[in-house]
Amino acid sequence: MTDDARNDSPDHGHVELTAVTLADEFVAEGGTATADTAEYALWLGDDSLVLAQRLGEWISRAPELEEDVALANIALDLLGHARSFLRYAGTASDRTEDDLAYWRDEHEFRSAHLVEQPNGDFAHTIVRQFAVSHYLYEIYERLRASADPVLSAIAGKAVKEVDYHRDHADQWMLRLALGTDESRRRLTTALDDLWPWVAELFVDEPVNDRLLDIAPRPSTLRPAFEAGIAAVLRECELEVPNGLTGAGGGRRGRHSEHLGPLLAELQVLARQHPGATW
Amino acid sequence: MSAPGASDSAHPETWPLWEVFVRSSRGLSHVHVGSLHAPDETMAVRNARDLYTRRSEGVSIWVVPSEAITASDPDAKGAFFESPAGKNYRHATYYTASEGVKHL
Amino acid sequence: MTTATEQEGRARFDELIDSDSRVEPRDWMPDDYRRSLIRQMSQHAHSEIIGMQPEANWITRAPSLKRKAILMAKVQDEAGHGLYLYSATQTLGITRDEMTEQLITGRARYSSIFNYPTLSWADMGAIGWLVDGAAICNQVPLCRASYAPYGRAMVRICKEESFHQRQGFEILLQLMRGTPAQQRMAQDAVDRWYWPSLMMFGPPDDDSPNSARSMEWKIKRFSNDELRQRFVGTLVPQAEALGVSLPDPELRWNEQNGSYDLGPIDWTEFQEVLAGRGPCNAQRLQRRRDAHEDGLWVREAAAAYAAKQAARVPEGTAA
Repeated sequence: MTDDARNDSPDHGHVELTAVTLADEFVAEGGTATADTAEYALWLGDDSLVLAQRLGEWISRAPELEEDVALANIALDLLGHARSFLRYAGTASDRTEDDLAYWRDEHEFRSAHLVEQPNGDFAHTIVRQFAVSHYLYEIYERLRASADPVLSAIAGKAVKEVDYHRDHADQWMLRLALGTDESRRRLTTALDDLWPWVAELFVDEPVNDRLLDIAPRPSTLRPAFEAGIAAVLRECELEVPNGLTGAGGGRRGRHSEHLGPLLAELQVLARQHPGATW
Repeated sequence: MSAPGASDSAHPETWPLWEVFVRSSRGLSHVHVGSLHAPDETMAVRNARDLYTRRSEGVSIWVVPSEAITASDPDAKGAFFESPAGKNYRHATYYTASEGVKHL
Repeated sequence: MTTATEQEGRARFDELIDSDSRVEPRDWMPDDYRRSLIRQMSQHAHSEIIGMQPEANWITRAPSLKRKAILMAKVQDEAGHGLYLYSATQTLGITRDEMTEQLITGRARYSSIFNYPTLSWADMGAIGWLVDGAAICNQVPLCRASYAPYGRAMVRICKEESFHQRQGFEILLQLMRGTPAQQRMAQDAVDRWYWPSLMMFGPPDDDSPNSARSMEWKIKRFSNDELRQRFVGTLVPQAEALGVSLPDPELRWNEQNGSYDLGPIDWTEFQEVLAGRGPCNAQRLQRRRDAHEDGLWVREAAAAYAAKQAARVPEGTAA
């Protein structure tokens, strides 16, 4: 907007836009994934897609407007990661990111149960962010060194963003744990409710045996994850929850009861208009 | 009231007001871009990043509690700001004898 | 009885206004100017915040991942715009909490356009094209508002807003090039949002008491009818490009005036919505109130933590 725009300018509805060089929308175009790499990319893409969908539900409902902006940022980052992973996964079967997001059925998704859990109150959302962000950070840190150049490139960009998400979650864990009696009570309830779904994140699947220098084995991430979690929980003066463990099975297409309704909402409009472009 | 924002003891806010200053990657100094509410400085700088720097990279952000800022009083214009009149020697263009000499 | 400082202050204020200069927060200003600005700016902020809701309604159902990302970013921008405007209003001596309280208790107004429901995906296109388009017409002149913090917030907002209108237009373009069902969806959305977007410019000049004074103070730069006219002028060629019809059978070019003649606007609908009897008034306020009340324990927790941290650091030591 130039300073000397005059009142009587006929273009008073016109705004000068500063020229911006737009960065590439997707990293590392052009690779084709193998079947196994595509399978693994679905794990990552679906985790991020489902979590982004959950965070999107907070928009216009967050506890403070600044937090609305923060959660939307995280959702947008995750959606970007999802699109990159799904796009790559789709190359193995000549499908687009939208083909995968809108036209697969529940049993074809590879998301973990943890990301499928409902938002609940802010404490539940933060605990879910806490666990998932620390987990994704450990994956992407290692995935940067992947022998697959596309996965490596995606991880290189994603790790920085997920590091920020992890910091956001850590800050809120502290504030809810050490703020008021009510916030502490809600946080411990959320930890008890959600921690059963953490174990599934570190289960190795047969495909991991075939992806040796392409993807880190989930079980190898556990020590670093636990160290990171424990450090924050210590500051929160909380123990790592020690209760039930959920059976999981998301990587094999067996999901929680929550995924069905989530996908129904995500897919409904696209499915009402097969073949349409938007 | 010497602070830019508004907060008095009759209406204490749950989260105080912070003023945000951003220096772009191409800029030389921090510029005031607005304000936001945050419970403390750690959250303030993070909220500022989300709110004011979504479209730019590699910026430096400062956040300052609004109440920490003292503003100069425009009513005191006369006395407060030194008058530049009669002090042309503060400007380089006053010095004409050295015109044309390189690197000056 | 005015004091000498008041007289000086008023003289300087009048001079600033007459010379088209800017008024800064610490300058003297008349009480009614201050009150009027607080009303207009906080209403503007509330509109951005409430305006998030009709669009947030379609984020989870966006029909492609790209559209989902774009819509999320747009709604996030709106939160940001509300925040810029709340900040600017605070410089006039009112707190965010007070303004929020006014909004959720129904004492403050916001643009009535957001009291309409978003019934289809095409509404995302219509809102971007028509509602944001109208908002831009209103807002660009505000970049030169006499109150400087308002003008500065508006410059920032206008830069971001131009993407909003374009993405809306592109949504409709894509629909009009699509299946018959998509085309019907697009036309239906335009039919529903057209007249309400024209009402965004406010009542006809004769019925607008606040306008005259706002124009004197150079807070408002153009009259309602003028802006409405110009807006329709921009829409007509765009509608042609889209292949949609504008639902005004009396819309025609007036060669003599060099502008468009518009059909009559149903101002009773406007009054009803303004009085709180629109389709979504109650719902919009409830959602905002719920977010605020549900979030209280979170805000208090963060404040309590900050207080405890501050109490730990002895005065005089570096944090």
